[in-house]
Amino acid sequence: MRVNVGILYSRIRRDEKLLLNELRDRDHEITKVDVRKQRFNIADPPEALVDVDILVDRCLATSRSLYATQFAEAYGIPVVNGAETAEVCANKVKNSLALQKAGVPTPNTDVAFTKDAALESIEAFGYPCVLKPVIGSWGRLMAKIESRSAAEAILEHKETLGHYEHKVFYVQEFVDKPGRDMRVVAVDGEPIAGMVRSSDHWLTNAAKGAETAEAETTDEMRNLVETASDAVGGGLLGIDLMETGVESGEPSDLTVHEVNHTVEFKALNEVTDVDVPARVVDWLEARAGARSETAEVRT
Amino acid sequence: MTECVECGADVSLHDGIEIGEIVDCATCGAELEVVDTEPPVLETAPELEEDWGE
Repeated sequence: MRVNVGILYSRIRRDEKLLLNELRDRDHEITKVDVRKQRFNIADPPEALVDVDILVDRCLATSRSLYATQFAEAYGIPVVNGAETAEVCANKVKNSLALQKAGVPTPNTDVAFTKDAALESIEAFGYPCVLKPVIGSWGRLMAKIESRSAAEAILEHKETLGHYEHKVFYVQEFVDKPGRDMRVVAVDGEPIAGMVRSSDHWLTNAAKGAETAEAETTDEMRNLVETASDAVGGGLLGIDLMETGVESGEPSDLTVHEVNHTVEFKALNEVTDVDVPARVVDWLEARAGARSETAEVRT
Repeated sequence: MTECVECGADVSLHDGIEIGEIVDCATCGAELEVVDTEPPVLETAPELEEDWGE
């Protein structure tokens, strides 16, 4: 079945290129939609979106992703990931609340709205602990706080950064992971593949230069991935996990620290034998096919 | 081959270049966005924004 796949983008990264190549190899029609050039009317979709069977949100900017997915859904255009998933994943507070509510182990977190209250949270967690921006990615503006004086300085700096979101202080326990974390890319809770990201730095984001290698997806990981995916509304997701219990010997448990909704998978594709873009396109085809079958039944 | 909008040096482009892709100028290091492919046209790529990511 040939479908028209809309790719909503502002930058074609290697991830998007992998997807485009796979879609072209399968002879699907592709509508590349540069989100920067669109105007979204509250009633009528932009012309670029009219003929797409399924829209894939690959916006680099979270703000655009949040609004564009809402518009797509308002127009009745199927979009992956959906607006609800984007809403939860884009915001670390909502992400943590969703994971906690679903019973997924996740690092203990406080949110405070003033410097003094945030300092109380930091002192309660003890040192080190972690201060993260509510919205942000690639490990940017993450602070591992190791003393009260550092905490005071960082909080003061955050208060002057300008955007009101920086005055929402997201304070988290520090997880003493064994120099690595795990990223599993999954579609609707079904893992495609996983990788381990290792670094001497406390941040182990691939974007920060961590070394990557394929990781076996254990049953425990599989269960957590499925529950975490459901908790945020499902879709094509990157679920990040850390091992806990290092301080008492060997890692014994897992905790999910976040779920990403416009997941980058080029690093994973390089280390795994699984053809990640092919699996993603399999899923897109199934999604688009399910929709057209539903439409046929209705008519 | 097309010209870097920052330094004027020739920038070689690989086959299958996509509109929206970013290429680096080997001479000055500028990040350049491909805004057209036939013929290739490059513009200075946008600076990193705070909400970019995954």
